[in-house]
Amino acid sequence: MNEEKVKKEKDPWFSAKNLSLLKRPLNLENPVTVQVLGICSSLAVTVQMKPAIVMALSVTIVTAFSNLIIALIRDSIPSRIRIIVQLVVVAALVIIVDQILKAYVYDVSKKLSVFVGLIITNCILMGRLEAFAMANKPWPSFIDGIGNGLGYGLILVTVAFFRELLGSGKFYGMKVIPEAFYKAGYVDNGLMILPPMALMTIGIIIWIQRWKKPELQEKN
Amino acid sequence: MKALRDYLDKIKPRFREGGKLEKFHSTFEAFETFLFVPDKTTFKGSHIRDYIDLKRTMTVVILALVPSLLFGIWNVGFQHFRSLGQDAGFWQLVGFGLVKVLPIVVVSYVTGLAVEFAFAQYRKHEVNEGFLVSGMLIPLVMPPDIPLWMVAVATVFAVILGKEAFGGTGMNVFNPALLARAFLFFAYPASMTGDTTWTAGLASGKGVVDGFSGATPLSNAAAEALDKIPSLTDLFFGFIPGSIGETSKLAILIGAVILILTGIGSWRIMLSGLIGGVTMTLIFNAFAVNKYMTIDPLTQIMMGSFMFGMVFMATDPVTAAQTNKGKWIYGFLAGFFAIMVRVFNPAYPEGTMLAILLMNTFAPLIDHYVIESNIKRRLKRAKVTVKS
Repeated sequence: MNEEKVKKEKDPWFSAKNLSLLKRPLNLENPVTVQVLGICSSLAVTVQMKPAIVMALSVTIVTAFSNLIIALIRDSIPSRIRIIVQLVVVAALVIIVDQILKAYVYDVSKKLSVFVGLIITNCILMGRLEAFAMANKPWPSFIDGIGNGLGYGLILVTVAFFRELLGSGKFYGMKVIPEAFYKAGYVDNGLMILPPMALMTIGIIIWIQRWKKPELQEKN
Repeated sequence: MKALRDYLDKIKPRFREGGKLEKFHSTFEAFETFLFVPDKTTFKGSHIRDYIDLKRTMTVVILALVPSLLFGIWNVGFQHFRSLGQDAGFWQLVGFGLVKVLPIVVVSYVTGLAVEFAFAQYRKHEVNEGFLVSGMLIPLVMPPDIPLWMVAVATVFAVILGKEAFGGTGMNVFNPALLARAFLFFAYPASMTGDTTWTAGLASGKGVVDGFSGATPLSNAAAEALDKIPSLTDLFFGFIPGSIGETSKLAILIGAVILILTGIGSWRIMLSGLIGGVTMTLIFNAFAVNKYMTIDPLTQIMMGSFMFGMVFMATDPVTAAQTNKGKWIYGFLAGFFAIMVRVFNPAYPEGTMLAILLMNTFAPLIDHYVIESNIKRRLKRAKVTVKS
């Protein structure tokens, strides 16, 4: 009888339910714009596209694998020390990612500086571990981690796109605004490079998202 | 007048529900109520309406701004020809000023009102005339040589993020005109700071007489060149380089008198702002660690945009504190911080803008505590009477 129950619960790998774990964080349950988590790093690393993309990938990898590991050992973690266990797992993964970045993309790693290390304290991670991985099987947890990492990355890259384009006239490090514009009196917007504008850009994204998705709006 | 009224009445039905041009209802409404005091009556609640509605209020503020604008136009020309070392007749000065200032006014109004009308149309609101004043304030706080596209970008930014994001006129936390200026200040510092931006044509450096620096009194003070600060009469009448509308204290005072007499600007905020600025200056005078701190209070409040900010910006009824006691605190702190920022931070030669924006954030908090303390005091009194 027990075995039957287990079989019933088993989903195919890419069932609709699992896919929705991947999709929902991109829009309706976006960790940045809806849950408003991980804001600090989205302000800090979005001046240019390249660091933003690397940061997004790093966070995705760390969320996915920490979710997987915690989901695997979730039954043997004593609930009193679960935060410490989660932190150890995350910290180990972050150090691995940090070392890899230093080895292969040193310049970006220098730009990201302390923010890779600070992935440990990223609220998205602890949120997913506590809310999802502790109560779900490894595979859905892994997908959930990827989904949330990508949702975070989507906002990061969008913000970085506008900040780099308007702030320094570049796209992924290449000058895209023609020299003739500058000669005609166009000036790069210095405010876009300052952190406040990252916050305002995220605010505008939230505004647009809630306007397009009325279900996100609170009813007074 | 009658013909206009008749014409409006004739085309009105087209904009009513079901009419051909129903979509443009709010646009029509805006023009009609702008031209004529609306004859609307209330159906419930209070039945007494003041005849002076939002549009009439805004018109008075515009009137109060006119002296500053006119003097600004003249001064732009005056400063320009002074930098060239040429003598020019009155009309030549005014003509040059008009060419410089009018486009800024037009750009500010057109972009701002376009955004405002678009949002009102989309949200099916009435168009609120809050922008009538902002649109005039924005040009007055700009340097004369500012590129027009920057004015447009700043106006769009201020109206969308400063006003529409919060729900439109009356809901904004920050003064839109100040927001536009703050945006430019941080986004395009090259056009908003430095000695050459405040006199028209000086940046190109063509034909400028030797020894003319174009430095404002504030930058002289920040450089500790106290002997270069113009005389008090020059400061008062405004024969100095600066933003278009801020230079003449006389014109600002005329505006202040209009605002106070009509009861539209709060004299409490203006007076307490002045007291705040003087208090801070006196504190600086007492310590006098560097030369900037030794400047006497009268010169200090006459330099830069301090008076302009206190009279026209800090008194904005939407973003200022609402309670009378709150207004005293709000104005005092605005003046206090304005002088403090100016003296302490050489990166921000003028602190008025930042001080007022800072106090805008705190205005609701101040009101909250004023009301709370009032409730507490009255509760105490009530208890005492029960006991006796």
